[in-house]
Amino acid sequence: MSRNASHWIRIAVSYVFLTLVGVTMMFPLVWMLATSLKSPAAEALDLTQLLPTEKLRWDNYAIVTGETSFARAFFNSAVVTLSITFGLVATSSLAAFAFARLNFSGRDKLFLGYLATMMVPGVVILIPLFILLRKLGWIDTYAALIIPPMFSAYGVFMLRQFFLTLPRELEEAATIDGCSKFGIYWRIILPLSKTAIAALAILTFIGTWRSFMWPLMVTYTNEMFTLPVALTRYQETYGVQWPYLMAGSVVLVVPMLIVFVLGQRFFIEGIQVGAVKG
Amino acid sequence: MAKRENWLAAGFIAPNAIGFAVFTLLPVGAALLLSLFQWDVFHTPRFVGLGNFRNLLGWVNDDGEWRAGDPRFRQFLGNTFFFMLAIPLTMAASLVLAVVLNQKLPGRVFFRTIFFLPSICLGVGVLLLWKFMYMPDIGMINRVLHSFGINGPDWLSNYHWAKPAIMNVGIWASMGGTNMILYLAGLQGIPPEQYEAAEIDGANQWQQFRHVTLPMLTPTTFFILITSIIYGFQGEFDSAYVMTQGGPDGSTTTLAYYIYSHAFEYFNMGYASAIAVVMFALILIVTLINWHFFGSKVHYV
Repeated sequence: MSRNASHWIRIAVSYVFLTLVGVTMMFPLVWMLATSLKSPAAEALDLTQLLPTEKLRWDNYAIVTGETSFARAFFNSAVVTLSITFGLVATSSLAAFAFARLNFSGRDKLFLGYLATMMVPGVVILIPLFILLRKLGWIDTYAALIIPPMFSAYGVFMLRQFFLTLPRELEEAATIDGCSKFGIYWRIILPLSKTAIAALAILTFIGTWRSFMWPLMVTYTNEMFTLPVALTRYQETYGVQWPYLMAGSVVLVVPMLIVFVLGQRFFIEGIQVGAVKG
Repeated sequence: MAKRENWLAAGFIAPNAIGFAVFTLLPVGAALLLSLFQWDVFHTPRFVGLGNFRNLLGWVNDDGEWRAGDPRFRQFLGNTFFFMLAIPLTMAASLVLAVVLNQKLPGRVFFRTIFFLPSICLGVGVLLLWKFMYMPDIGMINRVLHSFGINGPDWLSNYHWAKPAIMNVGIWASMGGTNMILYLAGLQGIPPEQYEAAEIDGANQWQQFRHVTLPMLTPTTFFILITSIIYGFQGEFDSAYVMTQGGPDGSTTTLAYYIYSHAFEYFNMGYASAIAVVMFALILIVTLINWHFFGSKVHYV
């Protein structure tokens, strides 16, 4: 009896524990959603009530997203995030291919240099970077938002690690058939690396979509704000009208959730490639 | 042939390396240089040697007396360390979640996803949400406390509660995030024979955890610890900016926030760079100490 019974007790306890933790962790997010559907009138904000007492106020979303600056900020975030994700994956995979598959003088030294700079804290380079962009006349432009974050040592590192695990036989056959190095990169390595590429793309997408300090520093007009920066400005516009702010927050969070849910498998593999093999 | 491959490789690496050199390497050098100047962006930079570091860290005057440096810097460095106390708490929570999830339970992927969601959602939106929940009168947390007869503080405006309140958001967001995934991967890498052997030796569940699981997870723990500390030194800018503006009375200002305000609010580019250089040095030192003391104890599989 004891072994079987203790087994079941353990499973039951585990489920109770997991459910309790899950509810605690989800509660704030549910609260955000629920608040976003409540009436912004102060007396309607009965905070002991989880769900809106009257009918759901989908209007809140229409009001927030109807602000011209909000639509613009959403558009900016989309442009910036998609450009960085595409550019980072493209440039990282090219460099990673060279590090994993080409013989050139100083390769290992250069790669060590890449690894070392991964240690440099981002905050340290913010000020010189800002000054550089000011000299270039890029402040408050898409170039400032998009170009500096596009070049990643981490992306090169992660993809190189993955490329090294791929078998070389196909490439040897392709070389005999007269395939160029770029052909090998484009037709063999990239198609075989869909998982790693997707992982890097998802990590980059989420990290860029929510990034705050960089856009805050290099933009100062409503036309150039990204969504996170614009949201902090609405604190002044809406003051204590929390349902509007929460509606804006939900709009900020949803694209990240969609990308995460669609690519969860890759995302989780990506975290492990970046760490375990490091 | 080899020469041709050099040019070819340069072609592949150039798009990344040029951008990387201009937007990372160059700024690193410039930060070191800038920390030796006094510069408000509008006038010509003035060379002050180690003056910024002297004002920041303290100096010995002509009479051989020690002059303390910037008291704000000491306070904010202290804050930064205080926020790092959340690291062991988060790691312990992540480990517990990973161990429970590592059993053969139907629905474990569902729970893993649920636990991961806060770390995905973290950002300005979620920080606004917590600011709302921490509101003194209308906030959800004080309403709940009130129903138990407790009068909650004005969390984010209270000198003593602001820090724990912000740390709580970080723990909530990250305990089920990357750390937990890394621990899960680590747990799955432990060969089952190790547990069988321990069981034969009569080890109970706790002993197995203590003498098999924990040592086998040391590389993972070490990795998480180092990266958390490195991020910890640069951390809590977003939350302080959105929730407290670094207040009350500087109690939630961290080094990153201090660098930001010197550079972009007071336009002390040189002084801000000096703080950044000190932060970089601290990160290097901590990394080296960690390697020295824990590096040898890491259990290599």
